[in-house]
Amino acid sequence: MTAVSLPQAPSAWQRFRSTSRSHRSITILVGWALIAVILPVIVMIPPLSTFQPESLWIDGFANAGVFILLAMGLNVVVGLAGLLDLGYAAFFAIGSYVYAFGASPFTATQIPFWPMLLVGAVIAATLGLLLGAPTLRLRGDYLAIVTLGFGEIVPAIFLNASDLTKGTNGIGGIYKPELFGFKFTLENPVPYYVTMIGILAVTMILLYRLQASRLGRAWMAIREDELAAASSGINTITTKLLAFALGASTAGLAGVFATSKLTFVGPGQFGFQVSFTVLAMVVLGGMGNIWGVATGAFVIYTIQAVVLKELNQFFQALHVPILQSIDFVQYQYLLYGVALVAMMLLRPEGLFPSSRRREELHAASDEVGEVPPPTEALDQ
Amino acid sequence: MSVDLRGIARPLGIGVVALIVEYLLLGTQQFANAMTLGAIYALIALGYTMVYGIVELINFAHGDIFMVGSFLAMWIMTTIFGLTGPVTNLLNLVGLLAIVMLATMVGMGVIGMFIERVAYRPLRHAPRLAPLITAIGVSFILQNVIASLFGPSPVNFPQIVPADKFAILGGRIAYLNLFIVIMAIVLMVALQIFVGRTRLGRAMRSTAQDREAAELMGVDINQTIAITFFIAAALAGAGGMVQGLYAGSIKFDLGFFVGLKAFTAAVLGGIGNTTGAAIGGFVIAFVEVYATVLGYTQWSEVAVFSVLILVLVFRPSGLLGQQLGERA
Repeated sequence: MTAVSLPQAPSAWQRFRSTSRSHRSITILVGWALIAVILPVIVMIPPLSTFQPESLWIDGFANAGVFILLAMGLNVVVGLAGLLDLGYAAFFAIGSYVYAFGASPFTATQIPFWPMLLVGAVIAATLGLLLGAPTLRLRGDYLAIVTLGFGEIVPAIFLNASDLTKGTNGIGGIYKPELFGFKFTLENPVPYYVTMIGILAVTMILLYRLQASRLGRAWMAIREDELAAASSGINTITTKLLAFALGASTAGLAGVFATSKLTFVGPGQFGFQVSFTVLAMVVLGGMGNIWGVATGAFVIYTIQAVVLKELNQFFQALHVPILQSIDFVQYQYLLYGVALVAMMLLRPEGLFPSSRRREELHAASDEVGEVPPPTEALDQ
Repeated sequence: MSVDLRGIARPLGIGVVALIVEYLLLGTQQFANAMTLGAIYALIALGYTMVYGIVELINFAHGDIFMVGSFLAMWIMTTIFGLTGPVTNLLNLVGLLAIVMLATMVGMGVIGMFIERVAYRPLRHAPRLAPLITAIGVSFILQNVIASLFGPSPVNFPQIVPADKFAILGGRIAYLNLFIVIMAIVLMVALQIFVGRTRLGRAMRSTAQDREAAELMGVDINQTIAITFFIAAALAGAGGMVQGLYAGSIKFDLGFFVGLKAFTAAVLGGIGNTTGAAIGGFVIAFVEVYATVLGYTQWSEVAVFSVLILVLVFRPSGLLGQQLGERA
């Protein structure tokens, strides 16, 4: 472009970008509506249609939605506020058990699904506050280890308090959602799919608005330099606590939905692997970028639910003895581990980075040997 | 470092009294169990506390390094020495234990240094979150590598120490328990001497205190940090070996809870403080054994975790640590 070029009329793409920026909520709604329509169409096209029937695909997408929800929630804690939460599955477990207690033959109660979504979120957030209040006053690493412990202890409590939770057998026969007399069934995954898309769209709009709000800016300020944030008048403890509670509430919501779909809950579903998988989704997708982590979650879930199994079958069919003996599903966590280390070393901003996060992560590594980066200067 | 007798006498006195009280409360067998567990936790907690002291990183992979140590010791015993059952000749037994332990410690030390070089050193100036995330990644890599090499189910650990017991104060204790406690104490004393009296130990302490100033005084920071990781991993390896001897079988995810408990011990003792970590290890072990004695075995993890939360709420600096508070 020469220096004297006349201002050109904005291209259609540029106009689209600027409109979508200024009407973000509507864009998100339209985006999710498009996704909701396109996904079922795509899976009817070979080769995708040969992997599994369409209803299984739709079912899988609804399950992927649970992980997208979890990843978006963890993104608030890890990506926006910069706090490492390693026990995120605990809040997922709490949401799940809340729905199991609220709507199952085991407790002989049947509270409708829709208010339970809120109840699960609120109870998870409350427990998040209770756990965060003593630990968020301390330095960030303590939070990581305390949440790690919490993530193990919560399933252990659900396992051991067998009078209340039926222990290792879990609670089954949980009631499915109902909307104005329309009953959700196991045979038809479409209502779950539509509900999930709705939840995701609403959550994403809320999160984007939150991110752009005063609170969202405070989170990012704390992430980038806590001392400077505190000096600028941000109450760091309350702000971090809010991030933690908000992340927990999203996980609680995801738990209620997942349980209503599975109609069963047991302590074995919430191991450290779940927290770890969600963390890998957030890191791979790009910490701090909401669409990025949603994409990361979708990609990882699809890889683990479909691609690894297909690889197994593919190599089984090849009749090469060594390849046949490899179970790719078994190695998924090894892959996540390698991916986490590699991402942090090579591309810490993730595959779909947020621009601010990228600058922050790269600015820090450029300063080696010169001025110590802010975090280090604080520790001394 | 001069030996201050009065400074040592008081905590030593308190410790001895506490141990006698515990002994009377628990009886010989449970007391021996608690001491053995405590020795293992202390060895691991030392690694957490040393690494934290010098690079301010919670090494999440440390519990898994302990686990890999027990598998390495198992592999050396079964594959290299072909051991399966008890070794009755005392001289042979002592020699074998010494060789296996030395090999395990050196092997794990090298692995620890390698992990530091690959996963932590490049991120030393990155935001805090980055090395924590790689540490989690390394932890999962270690677990899954071991699971694919040795299988996901528990693996038998050769019981080379005969299960003989000796009578003491009206109770009977296995020789193995005695060996584990003595070995742990020897290693801890050796560590104290190394950190307190040698040139490298002084380099470690100065690096922990002020990295830049130490560098200006000519301390090779990279080498010092690498040695810290070597020692931490070697101690965890020794812990892993005796854990195998003590428990009889080992599993790929064994490091998770043991690591969490050892970390609690390190926090309880005051993170960054080696003496505190050792004491914390024994305290946590006693908490756990009490939970078992009172019939709440399955709640022991919950109990230990509650201790961690309580310490963080009421005394975040730990029993012997300096004030950390909220800093970053």
